[in-house]
Amino acid sequence: MDFTSFLIQILNALQYGLLLFLVASGLTLVFGIMGIINLAHGSFYMLGAYLAFALSSLTGNLMLAIVIGIPLAFAFGALLEKLLFVHLYKRDHLQQVLLTYGLILIFEEVRSLTVGDDVHGVDIPALFSASIPLSDNLSYPVYRLVISVVCIALAVGLWWLMQRTRLGMMIRAGSFNREMVQSLGVNIDMLYRTVFALGVALAALAGMLAAPISSVYPGMGGSVLIISFVIVVIGGIGSVWGALVAALLVGFADTFGKVLMPELAGLAVYLLMAVVLLWRPEGIFRKG
Amino acid sequence: MNSTVVLLFKLAVVAALVLFPAIGSSFYVEMVAKVLVMAIFAMSLALLVGFTGLVSLGHAAYFGIAAYTVALIAPEYEAANLWLVLAASVLAAGAAAFFIGLFVLRTKGIYFIMVTLAFAQMAYYIFHDTALGRSSDGIYLNVKPDASIAGWMPFNLDEPLHLYYFILAAMVVVFMLLTFVLRSPFGRVLAGINSNEHRMKSLGYATFRYKLAAFTLAGALAGVAGFLYAVLFGFVTPEYLSWHQSGNVLMMVILGGLGSLAGAVAGAFAFIGLQEMFSDWTKHWQLLMGLVIVAAVLFMPSGLAGLPRRIFRMVNWGEDDE
Repeated sequence: MDFTSFLIQILNALQYGLLLFLVASGLTLVFGIMGIINLAHGSFYMLGAYLAFALSSLTGNLMLAIVIGIPLAFAFGALLEKLLFVHLYKRDHLQQVLLTYGLILIFEEVRSLTVGDDVHGVDIPALFSASIPLSDNLSYPVYRLVISVVCIALAVGLWWLMQRTRLGMMIRAGSFNREMVQSLGVNIDMLYRTVFALGVALAALAGMLAAPISSVYPGMGGSVLIISFVIVVIGGIGSVWGALVAALLVGFADTFGKVLMPELAGLAVYLLMAVVLLWRPEGIFRKG
Repeated sequence: MNSTVVLLFKLAVVAALVLFPAIGSSFYVEMVAKVLVMAIFAMSLALLVGFTGLVSLGHAAYFGIAAYTVALIAPEYEAANLWLVLAASVLAAGAAAFFIGLFVLRTKGIYFIMVTLAFAQMAYYIFHDTALGRSSDGIYLNVKPDASIAGWMPFNLDEPLHLYYFILAAMVVVFMLLTFVLRSPFGRVLAGINSNEHRMKSLGYATFRYKLAAFTLAGALAGVAGFLYAVLFGFVTPEYLSWHQSGNVLMMVILGGLGSLAGAVAGAFAFIGLQEMFSDWTKHWQLLMGLVIVAAVLFMPSGLAGLPRRIFRMVNWGEDDE
């Protein structure tokens, strides 16, 4: 592999890893703070991609679709938490698995009933449709760089939110001791709802950003869900920083797995997980 | 409930299953055979989820590995020896469960759920992507295995009825085996781990080994189910290992109610019954299934097995409060 194609693979791995981070960060926050295992998290990624498809064919512009789509996804997450997930906080993991598995079936069928089972493409916004030439015949699409930059900005924003704002402080406190935070006068129900909706919005945003690259197809939530689980396992439950490192590791393992040993590409990520499990069963950045 | 009544009820169910082919058409006989295979699968998972407290979301891996073992080692146009392929596929599933168990049992709680799922997905990709699985479309098992022992043939699996009774017998054997295991000292240790693993550890039990043994046994029994499924339908595909399959069998176990083998069997009947009924009505049957599952969690936390007690309690208001 010459240097230019090596560089392209590195950029691809970064972009893929950063996108996975958006999905996994919401998952790890909901695990870590509310203690909920949510199998339907991949469906929110799918929801985002289909929102991008529907809204961009409506408005004719993906960026506008994203701007409209994020608040919609956030509101949907808040509603879902109020109607269903609020009943799960005191149930055991098994019932959480059961209910969220039922939700996957419902979401997939609602998708099939409303949009159908066809594969759809989404156009890259004209502003970012160019490619940067790297050598005579190799170039790198600007849109993928944009995704990476957006994801990095969001990662920094998430770090700032959790570590430097009052809301983040309350969220962190709430994950340690729910009753104590409540008795200090914090509306913990609202706090949980916000975190859950934030996770939904992040996953949906990942789906919206990925829509032009991966296209929009049935069942796209499932594989993302399982990869996100792997990331949470590697990074340690509840650690946003761990999710970032793990997502990048997974991005690299998957991308270079496909290049170096194409037949075993599907396995590379899981082998990485197996190694981490042997070394640190609770993840690299397990808190507490 | 009185234990004699329970025993009589179980015997009545077995008798009904034995007599069923006399009244059911061949279509329904095959469907009940499928349910019985799934009941074995569900019971094997119940050993982990209900009795040991290990929520595995990757149990389809062992089912699928056994199914693939038959399809891969059976000669293409001749019958393989039933007892040999059965032993080989159960061994393969048990061995896979043992090795995966070495990894996954290092984790607990939510981690365990996610890691079992991830390893099952890894197994799925092995059969889906690599040469071992031959093709992502699956493999046909053209000829059903031959049941003869040293030239004597006790039954012939090409006969749908013989196959039905073979599966029914396997279900009863697995049920009795698990009942025996759960009543043995080993089963008592598993129950102890289920309610408080720390305490079992401080009592001096090497809980990891017990959990690994349970995980291996559950994998091997899931292998029995996978083997029977492959023989019944003469076809294996990577979908047998998919996480939807793991999800569905977990649904059966939970629908039936935890901590009861009979509940797992009832769960398999209920799940496949609903599946057949809904898919008759609409091609979007999974929507109805999802709604049933969500409703079951919200309104029926103790599963089908807890239903009689709940109804009983509703009838005798307040007298039977726990």
